[in-house]
Amino acid sequence: MSNEMNSNLTSHQDGVIFEKSHRGRTNDCQSPRESSTSSVIPISLLRESPPMLPEVSEMQAVRHFTRLSQKNFSIDTHFYPLGSCTMKYNPRACNTLAMLPGFLNYHPLAPVETGQGFMSCMYELQEILKEVTGMKEVSLTPMAGAQGEFAGMAMIRAYHDARGDTARCEVICPDAAHGTNPATAVMCGYKVKEIPTKADGDIDIEALKEVVGPQTAGIMLTNPSTVGVFERRITEIAKIVHDAGGLLYYDGANLNAILGKVRPGDMGFDVIHMNLHKTFSTPHGGGGPGAGPVGVSERLIPFLPVPMVGYDGEQYRWLTKKDCPQSIGQLSAFAGNGGVLMRAYIYARLLGSEGMPRIAEYSVLNANYMMAELQKKGFDLAFPSRRATHEFIVTLKRQAKTLDVSAMDFAKRLLDYGYHAPTTYFPLLVPECFLIEPTETEDKDTLDGFIDAMAKIQAEAETQADMVKAAPYTLPSRRLDDVRAARELDIVWKSSEQAS
Amino acid sequence: MPFIPHTETDVKQMLASIGVNDIEDLFDEIPAELRIGSLDKVPPGLNEMEMSRLMHERASGPQPLCFIGAGAYEHHIPAAIWEIVTRGEFYSAYTPYQAEASQGTLQLIYEYQTMMVHLTGMEASNASLYDGASGLAEAVLMAVRANRKSKSKRILMPAAVNPTYRSVVQTIVENQGVTLELIDYQLDAGCIDVASLPAEPGDVAALVIPQPNFFGVLEEVNALTDWAHAHGMLVIAVVNPTSLALLTPPGEWGELGADVVCGEGQPLGVPLAGGGPYFGFMCCNLKHVRQMPGRIVGRTVDADGKPGFTLTLQAREQHIRRSKATSNICTNQGLVVAAATIYMTLLGAQGLNKVANSSHQNTQKLAAQLNAIEGVTMAFSSPTFHEFVIKLEGVTAADVLNTLMADGVLGGFNLSVDYPVLGEAILVCATETKTAADITAYRDALSRVMSKLKGGAA
Repeated sequence: MSNEMNSNLTSHQDGVIFEKSHRGRTNDCQSPRESSTSSVIPISLLRESPPMLPEVSEMQAVRHFTRLSQKNFSIDTHFYPLGSCTMKYNPRACNTLAMLPGFLNYHPLAPVETGQGFMSCMYELQEILKEVTGMKEVSLTPMAGAQGEFAGMAMIRAYHDARGDTARCEVICPDAAHGTNPATAVMCGYKVKEIPTKADGDIDIEALKEVVGPQTAGIMLTNPSTVGVFERRITEIAKIVHDAGGLLYYDGANLNAILGKVRPGDMGFDVIHMNLHKTFSTPHGGGGPGAGPVGVSERLIPFLPVPMVGYDGEQYRWLTKKDCPQSIGQLSAFAGNGGVLMRAYIYARLLGSEGMPRIAEYSVLNANYMMAELQKKGFDLAFPSRRATHEFIVTLKRQAKTLDVSAMDFAKRLLDYGYHAPTTYFPLLVPECFLIEPTETEDKDTLDGFIDAMAKIQAEAETQADMVKAAPYTLPSRRLDDVRAARELDIVWKSSEQAS
Repeated sequence: MPFIPHTETDVKQMLASIGVNDIEDLFDEIPAELRIGSLDKVPPGLNEMEMSRLMHERASGPQPLCFIGAGAYEHHIPAAIWEIVTRGEFYSAYTPYQAEASQGTLQLIYEYQTMMVHLTGMEASNASLYDGASGLAEAVLMAVRANRKSKSKRILMPAAVNPTYRSVVQTIVENQGVTLELIDYQLDAGCIDVASLPAEPGDVAALVIPQPNFFGVLEEVNALTDWAHAHGMLVIAVVNPTSLALLTPPGEWGELGADVVCGEGQPLGVPLAGGGPYFGFMCCNLKHVRQMPGRIVGRTVDADGKPGFTLTLQAREQHIRRSKATSNICTNQGLVVAAATIYMTLLGAQGLNKVANSSHQNTQKLAAQLNAIEGVTMAFSSPTFHEFVIKLEGVTAADVLNTLMADGVLGGFNLSVDYPVLGEAILVCATETKTAADITAYRDALSRVMSKLKGGAA
């Protein structure tokens, strides 16, 4: 009842911004003064009618977007145990200090003499990332994990090409890999060979031995893997791939679980990307911007993407293709997502050397605690014989079969209880799966609250399955019709006149 | 412990529940020989006060008067924008996988898509890509997929497209067999001579048209678009979004309009910040929307028939299609797009037109004043938007820029490296942020520098 009242009361506020727009309403205070309109531009190149943009007051805009923000779950408002995404607290100091005017006003093409403070932070971040990953050199420039993956695979390709080893046309990915892995391999001109995961969560090494060969350019692995366990035979895997002349790519999605404990460089990886928006707590921002720096072993150093930051003991400067002629090149118009990198740098300095291993320890403690408690409440684990890393998988296959309540239904009902759902239906090989990642920044009470909610939903599923299947009830929207969204494509707002 | 809430009691209870004695036991599946000791090269942690002091020191220093553009533009950013963008509900949310819990982000992106469609004159927009340069690479790959008439992977790329963009496109597309062929500009006009384009260009997937081009010069977009379409190519427009308040939107270029529109979104409310994060925008018409990379938000209804928003057309994307996806991209630049959406909302068409026009006017004024200095000439005769190129006689661009910097003026971008054919040349930009006094200050500084350097040489 109260929900209905709410929606009636607020419906006029909930339209799109264009519905609040009235012709002639302007914000002169935010615009420059009127200047002459004399122009040398020929009429054939000028716009005939102004674009349809909103015409609202500053307050209307502020109220509209503030109200929109309130329709989001976020780390600042809700527990957000989205597996594989490392939704940890984003310290406010990282934002405040990265937004100092001296950094914000720095033009990317300004002479380096005027940006030494900015550049010093970038250089030190490179050094810190080298140390925590055990790689020999780092380039910060990739703008997201997927672009880091691209850079990594392009380097592997450049390495083989530089040696005249051009017959290598295949990249091996486990079936549990992130979708970006195979998509990236294809973008780099490779064919993808999938290998299965065993029942205990480790890679099937016999299957690896069968597909690896002189055509293998490399293998893309995540360790801890996407199924939430540490790949125990990683050294052996590295040897098999290296012996065949292939290289090892490390997807840094799960670096949080091993920070300061074990390093990809020591495991034998040749190239890695890091998701700084995960492990180094830069904001996820509703889906970006991220940052996906890459680190490499000795043999791939010449191929790193530019620019990087160099330091000669006196001055920081950009290293470009002139300094690194074998580089795969540039991936962005300037030097990547500097503002994101700055937040990661601040976070790393606040943690320091002593804080890094604590990240791994407490994220792994939280995950193992939740796993143990959920198992005690009767939930099925996908890999019950294994330790959790910073995340673990619950499978709701039994509930789907016996109660007809799916992982998606559990996820939507969790929203009603005030918890963001874990990652659902990934990795694809575990049916009805919940990939749960609490992160180290959550306290025990919050974890207990989530575990209680799961138990309550289980009880609801047993007695009122239809109610659970129609959740959520308390959010700005009930369950949304995705099929209709794709079939009756409405991706641009039209006024009633335009629509008719 | 920084950012970790656990008390000793918590830890004890949790370990007991798990059935281990020590946190270290939780790492017992990692082979012992791989474990490391301390991270010696990482400095010890700082507290917030110490870090604040350090960062204030590093952010301090001279703030010179900046006339550099070349792909990143200083514009006024209304105060409300980043106040709202950095609200935790936007700042610390993730990709809207649970649509019901992400209606704020989703509706905002839907509104952004609508604004970009109107700005570019196209029918569809995605939720953004990483930046302008990588966005152009994605546009090139998209055009190769979308051009059903052509089997070619050849792309015609004007030499007056931002050279860094060309280089980024090369990096990203070369492993897929796509080739870029340069089209030259006229040395006097600074833009492509349509009449000199080949009558039989052969099978080509797409022509890239920059507007304005890297020199700030306006291209004959209508004739170029018609020429490309007449030869079976798609047209990729790479445009400055501010300029679109003034200039013909790509959707209206020539008879049929551009096919893919992309560009750098930074001018729309995003700070320079050393080069990022910015965002790349991309628009197309509905017939090509299934070839477009990146997130797209659609409006639908919920179980009660109430309108709501969700990610749509996900069958294009890597998490569904894996190796057959349109791209490996799996995020947009969400937070930066939020800034751009609020920017366009606050300014509206009229405000954005004032920004564009005021930048254009300031640039014309500055050009006229610099042109009057001895040894300084305008490189190109064609009209420009908010940048222009000066040529210098008797001095090097590098020396001039260095000396200007000592005077507190960043005089522009040195073109002599990327375009040696231009001689000693500088790309100069003046946006609406420059006052008449700033423009005079630049003129006076350059005047002093020119006589000093030339005097020294003589």
